[in-house]
Amino acid sequence: MANTTLQPAANAVSETKRKRFMWNRILRNWQLYALISPVIAYYVLFQYVPMYGIQIAFKDFIATQGIWGSPWVGFEHFDRFFNSYYFWRLIKNTLGIGLYSLAVGFPIPIILALLMNEVRAERFKKFVQTITYAPHFLSTVVVVGMMMIFLSPRYGIINHFIEMFGGQPINFMTEPSWFKSLYVLSDVWQTMGWSSIIYLAALAGIDNQLHEAARVDGATRLQRIWHINIPGIMPTIIILLILNMGSIMGIGFEKVLLMQNNLNMESSDIIATYVYRMGIQNAEYSFSAAIGLFNSVINFILLVVVNFISKRVSETSLW
Amino acid sequence: MQIESRGDRIFNVINYAILILVTVIVMYPLLFVLSASFSDPQAVLRGEMLLWPKGVNLNSYAKIFQNQDIISGFTNTLVYTSLGTFINLTMTILAAYPLSRKDFVGRNAIMALLVFTMFFSGGLIPTYLLIKNLGMLNTLWVMIIPNAVSIWNIIIMRTFFQQSIPGELQEAATIDGCSNIKILTRIILPLSMPIIAVTILFYAVGHWNAFFNALLYLSDKDKFPLQLILREILIQGQTNDMVKMSTESAIKQQREVEGIKYAVLVVANIPVLALYPFLQRYFVKGVMIGAIKG
Repeated sequence: MANTTLQPAANAVSETKRKRFMWNRILRNWQLYALISPVIAYYVLFQYVPMYGIQIAFKDFIATQGIWGSPWVGFEHFDRFFNSYYFWRLIKNTLGIGLYSLAVGFPIPIILALLMNEVRAERFKKFVQTITYAPHFLSTVVVVGMMMIFLSPRYGIINHFIEMFGGQPINFMTEPSWFKSLYVLSDVWQTMGWSSIIYLAALAGIDNQLHEAARVDGATRLQRIWHINIPGIMPTIIILLILNMGSIMGIGFEKVLLMQNNLNMESSDIIATYVYRMGIQNAEYSFSAAIGLFNSVINFILLVVVNFISKRVSETSLW
Repeated sequence: MQIESRGDRIFNVINYAILILVTVIVMYPLLFVLSASFSDPQAVLRGEMLLWPKGVNLNSYAKIFQNQDIISGFTNTLVYTSLGTFINLTMTILAAYPLSRKDFVGRNAIMALLVFTMFFSGGLIPTYLLIKNLGMLNTLWVMIIPNAVSIWNIIIMRTFFQQSIPGELQEAATIDGCSNIKILTRIILPLSMPIIAVTILFYAVGHWNAFFNALLYLSDKDKFPLQLILREILIQGQTNDMVKMSTESAIKQQREVEGIKYAVLVVANIPVLALYPFLQRYFVKGVMIGAIKG
């Protein structure tokens, strides 16, 4: 009996002591809080205030009444979107481009890194790296502009080649069936080198003794890549796969917008560009905020689900 | 020296062949643009120029520097990039230093607050309404403040502070009566020049290439950054051309525009691509540091 009454009292003492110690640390480091406060203010204002503004997706936003004062309408905007003529087209294009990008764009940097890792001539390796990293620094506008020039039906070099071999010039940029391939392949062109850096770093971390031992046992280059290098960079691959899966529905909106024109709309219109058109150009704020929210929620769920599966299957996860 | 088996030699040949092919595919469009910008536009348009410049001249460049839009775009971009990068760097340091300290109470909570925005955000429309309500539409600030800091760069810099600067150094300074701000300015920053260089580069390239905020928030042409001007010349011009191609003079005028496009591309990328070979290893270092604790 005496023991049970004493125990909480002792706990309370250590509790207050711990609190005082913590307060001391906070007071002593007040300058750190002062330093970080502008950054916290920025995040609250420019990231969390817009999250508060998401509620207009469930309201009828009236500018004069503000976000808080506008009347609630529940899921009306979502209903309208799900039943709209464009809904399936937008889903099909958004998912289509996302999955196509993932299927082609994800493995290529891994393969490139594995190949570069096998090069023994340092100068050659440096050269390949310098060249393949370079397009990463070009702007989206420049890359799309280059595509337009090269693929122009009248003056483009690609069509000059096609005509040289007796073909008919193709108007690539306005042909819906070409849109997704152009988007994905130009992305591969621009990012494969840069994306391979992270895998090269992971490959450099693999213990060389494993390779020595395998060589003694008579393993060929391909066998060593398959049984040592690939398993060695698996955790990196999985982390990046999770991140990429989470952004399947959040594809590079800027580039799609730049490549889009009235003629290829059928396969280039994605959720993000639709939000831009409806919200910024037509000023239908609530409706487009609802669509935007729908998209971010799906992204978030995808990320969480893939992360959960990966945690179960391979014990690698983001958190 | 290892003795290579026949299989390994075949592997080597194929490997080199693939890598050379990849390099050529990446390099050719870039070289083509560079050569075309120095060539006679007519030869380029007829498809006679394949790799080396034909009819070398600098006319296209001369025309560019007479174009008022391009010059104002260039100066605007310079202003946005320098001012923006300065604010970015300051904010990144302000966040990274406290977050790198183990005795900073609440650092996990603050980190969570920042990292959460990587995975979820208010989205385009609520952000747009906020900017509008703040009265920032069509001002210089809209190109700088909404992107004042990036969580990736905070993580990279924080990781560097934690791993490359000995904690004992900071403890010793504290015992000697050094305040936290003094530790930052006298000890941390002078030891962090490589990572500061990387951060500046990442931000500066981002500002140089940015066009979407300008498209959303700017309406006066004299405030447009270079990328928006480029978009008009390279992309919108192109789609317009497809529609109206009726008269002889229109065709002639279009050929003129086609000619300067290559020079425009080169000018837009000169600052970045000229610095790139020298800075490449710093960029790569930045990616590596970020990768350790992504």
